[in-house]
Amino acid sequence: MTAGIQNIVDVNPFLHWLQDTTIATAIRENDILFPWIETVHVTAIVLVVGSISIVDLRLLGLASCDRPTQQLMREILPLTWGAFAVAAGAGALLFSSKAVDYAHNFFFQGKMILLLLAATNMAVFHVVTGRDVTRWSDLRQPPMSAKIAGSISLILWITVVAFGRWIGFTSH
Amino acid sequence: MSGGNDAAKTSLVTNPVPNRVKRPKMNPLINHWLSQFCAWLDQTTMSQIIQIKSWIIPTVQTVHILAIAVVATSALMVDLRVIGVIGRDQSPARIGRRFLPFVWWSLLVLLLTGAIMIIGEPARALKNGVFQLKIGLILVAIILTATLQASLTKKATFGEPPERARGAPFAIAIASIVLWAGIICAGRWIAYT
Repeated sequence: MTAGIQNIVDVNPFLHWLQDTTIATAIRENDILFPWIETVHVTAIVLVVGSISIVDLRLLGLASCDRPTQQLMREILPLTWGAFAVAAGAGALLFSSKAVDYAHNFFFQGKMILLLLAATNMAVFHVVTGRDVTRWSDLRQPPMSAKIAGSISLILWITVVAFGRWIGFTSH
Repeated sequence: MSGGNDAAKTSLVTNPVPNRVKRPKMNPLINHWLSQFCAWLDQTTMSQIIQIKSWIIPTVQTVHILAIAVVATSALMVDLRVIGVIGRDQSPARIGRRFLPFVWWSLLVLLLTGAIMIIGEPARALKNGVFQLKIGLILVAIILTATLQASLTKKATFGEPPERARGAPFAIAIASIVLWAGIICAGRWIAYT
């Protein structure tokens, strides 16, 4: 798959340039920079996955059912987005330090695809089911489309964590 | 040497890490007993299986991370309510009842997955100062969480004015947040020391 894409657009020169920048080089060669950025990345991911699970379990009608769904989402999703921004920023820095290696890593590629799918799932939910959320917000059991969105979200994010962990075991 | 390569850091014997942070010296008697215990653990069948099957540690670590997400976010929800930042339409006790069970159950999962990781690589965990620090922090966090839960059960208004004015609920909640952040950092740094 990677070879096929490279026949269209060769990103390798860009990747090499990226990891040769001063910042990327510093992160790669410094003993404590990478670990600390990675710690921030992991902490942020922990908050993203934890907070989105609260929302997903509510969409599934499994937890916090006494709380209106819309109110729960309004309270929790800002935390999710904030944590995601931090995770993405730290992730970009980590990626830059070994851009060539990570870009060709199966689990890194998979993780990016999974994130794209999670974003798509979220967008579809907001456009389709979320449009009339006030109608079903108080229901302990949200409509089936909401439950499906919640399940997909949970499965995707759990897999994101798994793929992310496997990057650490398969990068060089 | 670059960071993030856990394959190399799994076995410090075959892949010594030259730039490791220096460990403080341990009491020689404890050190001796610990070394013997680690050596014994290392040769048990279970330990050998975990070491040989390369998928076990990554899988267990993934479950461990997911459980951390549950415990940290659940504790954060309760702490933020006690501080008074979120969910002010529900009493702190109510938020506690919603989230504290998740804290205890995920701590159990963390204990089990942690035990598997220790059995798989005894010395890497048990003889690591950062790991020992992490366990200490976890014990304090457990005591703090239990105290918070008891206070919320005894007094449904714990964390609300005038309770909050006395400062204790606020202090406990802040301490809890700081502790869990520290535990997560220590957990990641085990791999680098």
